[in-house]
Amino acid sequence: MTEKTTILNLPEEELVHPGNRACSGCGLSIIYRIGLKALGRDTILVVPPSCLTVLQGLYPIAATQLPCLNVTFASTAAAATGVLGALRAQKREKTTVVAWAGDGGTSDIGIQSLSGACERGEDFIFICYDNEAYMNTGVQRSGTTPKGVITTTTPIRGKLQKKKEVPAIIAAHGIDYVATASAAYPLDLYDKIKKAKTISGPRYIHVHTPCPAGWGFEPRYTVKIGKMAVETGLYDLYEIEHSKFKLTGPSRKLIGKKRKPVAEYFKTQSRFKALSDKRTEEVQQEIDAKWEGYENE
Amino acid sequence: MHIIESGNVAAATGVKLSRAEVIAAYPITPQTPLTEKLSELVDSGEMKAEYIPVESEHSALAVCIAASSSGSRAFTATSANGLLYMNEQIHWAAGARLPIVMCVVNRGIGAPWTVWNDHQDSISQRDTGWIQLYQCDHQQIIDTVIQAFLIAETVSIPVMVCYDGYLLSHTYMPFEIPGQSEIDKFLPKFKPAYFLDPKNPANLNTVTLPDVRPDVRGDLAPGYMEIRHNLHMDMRRTISVVEEVDRKYQKVTGRGGTPLVEKYECDDADFIAVCLGSLSYQLRDVVDMMRKEGIKAGVFGIRLYRPFPDQAIANALSRAKGVVVFEKALSYGNQGALFADIKSALYNSGNKPFVHNYILGLGGREIKTQDLFNSFMASCKDDGKIGDEPQWIGLKM
Repeated sequence: MTEKTTILNLPEEELVHPGNRACSGCGLSIIYRIGLKALGRDTILVVPPSCLTVLQGLYPIAATQLPCLNVTFASTAAAATGVLGALRAQKREKTTVVAWAGDGGTSDIGIQSLSGACERGEDFIFICYDNEAYMNTGVQRSGTTPKGVITTTTPIRGKLQKKKEVPAIIAAHGIDYVATASAAYPLDLYDKIKKAKTISGPRYIHVHTPCPAGWGFEPRYTVKIGKMAVETGLYDLYEIEHSKFKLTGPSRKLIGKKRKPVAEYFKTQSRFKALSDKRTEEVQQEIDAKWEGYENE
Repeated sequence: MHIIESGNVAAATGVKLSRAEVIAAYPITPQTPLTEKLSELVDSGEMKAEYIPVESEHSALAVCIAASSSGSRAFTATSANGLLYMNEQIHWAAGARLPIVMCVVNRGIGAPWTVWNDHQDSISQRDTGWIQLYQCDHQQIIDTVIQAFLIAETVSIPVMVCYDGYLLSHTYMPFEIPGQSEIDKFLPKFKPAYFLDPKNPANLNTVTLPDVRPDVRGDLAPGYMEIRHNLHMDMRRTISVVEEVDRKYQKVTGRGGTPLVEKYECDDADFIAVCLGSLSYQLRDVVDMMRKEGIKAGVFGIRLYRPFPDQAIANALSRAKGVVVFEKALSYGNQGALFADIKSALYNSGNKPFVHNYILGLGGREIKTQDLFNSFMASCKDDGKIGDEPQWIGLKM
């Protein structure tokens, strides 16, 4: 897919109702709205407990126009497998099956079933919206919370451990499509979902998703902060297609350019207030080393 | 057609005849030969189904939950710790009202590890909202697996078909395999009222609030309490559905007539032994021995444990002088779960027989017929000494 989608040719039909239960400034609500446009109506969603469960509405009212199966926390990818099995048995294989989980539901409690489904080669798309903590339960640390971040379970010193690199773990299963995206670049996500739909087998898209309430910034800055994560080179947008790694979109444009200092990004959010200057410098060095690798390829 | 095969193969044959469409399983002793047989049947093309070799029991039931929600007939099987690893999903399947059938090949639970038979695994799941049927022999296993799908799909409640690990799963016995065309007539294709369908989208198993809420048209929709109340009422209704399904099956195969309990020499019995599973056949020998001694004894093998057919049980047992419950499970710190249920069922009956409780066979401890005889005889001759405290058979300390 070479043609980039723009705001002019994005489908007008909305599959998510307005007035849903997302917080103001919710990064997930951006990618859910745009993501469903890319997926289209012939889709079945599988969703574990997460902010999305709440966004989608409380019984008997739903905010989505796609069929959705809410499942237990650890079982998302296995449940997607079950939907696929039934669709094969009923010869309804044309329908796209999409698991949509948060970072906890993907990287922590859900990783066993996700790994199993990837190993079995299940024909589904798994979208992880990574807001870097358990936001739905009130901002507890998760496997993808970055080092140094204040959460309600790392309240004083910040998280002591590094962020888990989930896309790399999933890529290690040898699946044909792994991509990262950002809520700040929804059209890039749109195109990646569209591309994923043209590939078979397990496809994994990891979406950096700013959360005003959990990260400590004003709701109007969701996109700005999401962009800063990319512009500082901290969070990179890429695709691993048939095992081939390629920076994409805004991250690709950063090659050979001067990146924003990561300290600027840290300053925008109260969750980084426990970061020492030394840690900030360490992160900057890690980013610089990573980009040196990219630029020497 | 009659064959001589294992209990696990009897179960697999029942699943095949039931035309399960999606099968997911994770290996655990003593369930493994059942899943091996099913994968062989699917791999060879003898059975048309999706066999999904999942990475855990939790996922096995997740696959069945999702497949059933998508409108396919789903089956899984497990034992012991595998069943417990599913626990959250077991509750989920019942709450979501999915007609999944699962064989539980009964085995003791670790720690310490044991691979041998008792009933603690499925008894610990009795309050999950699943129907539980316990089997005495291979013929019952194959027949009940087939009936279980019809029961489940009639009331939209999942069914556990429980049978004793090794004692039934790995032993060989003759049993009759019904014809496919007969079973096709007995068990029509699964047609769910609702399933995941992009043409008719619905958000299934959403968050409910403590109170009822109006839907978009302003009509009140049931809340959590109402949904759970419906499950309970449909479980009560299931007792008569199990009987109806048995009658229907009897017309097709000629077998049946004992859907809720299996009675042996109970009609004139003064003392009745009560149990679950294959133990009831061993107790028949004990009853024969006791009748030779002039004691009118009988055996009451419970097949339908949940929903509990309390009325039928009270009617049958209240005529006796004494009821002796032999159990391979225990509610630790209290009594056997079946014992408590039997006493509860008898509470409102006019004649209250004494009820004793024996715990035996945990972790596969050998159950000797002579020990059963001695215990049953001791109960019959008891002058009030035994009381409510569970007595242990075969304890060597």
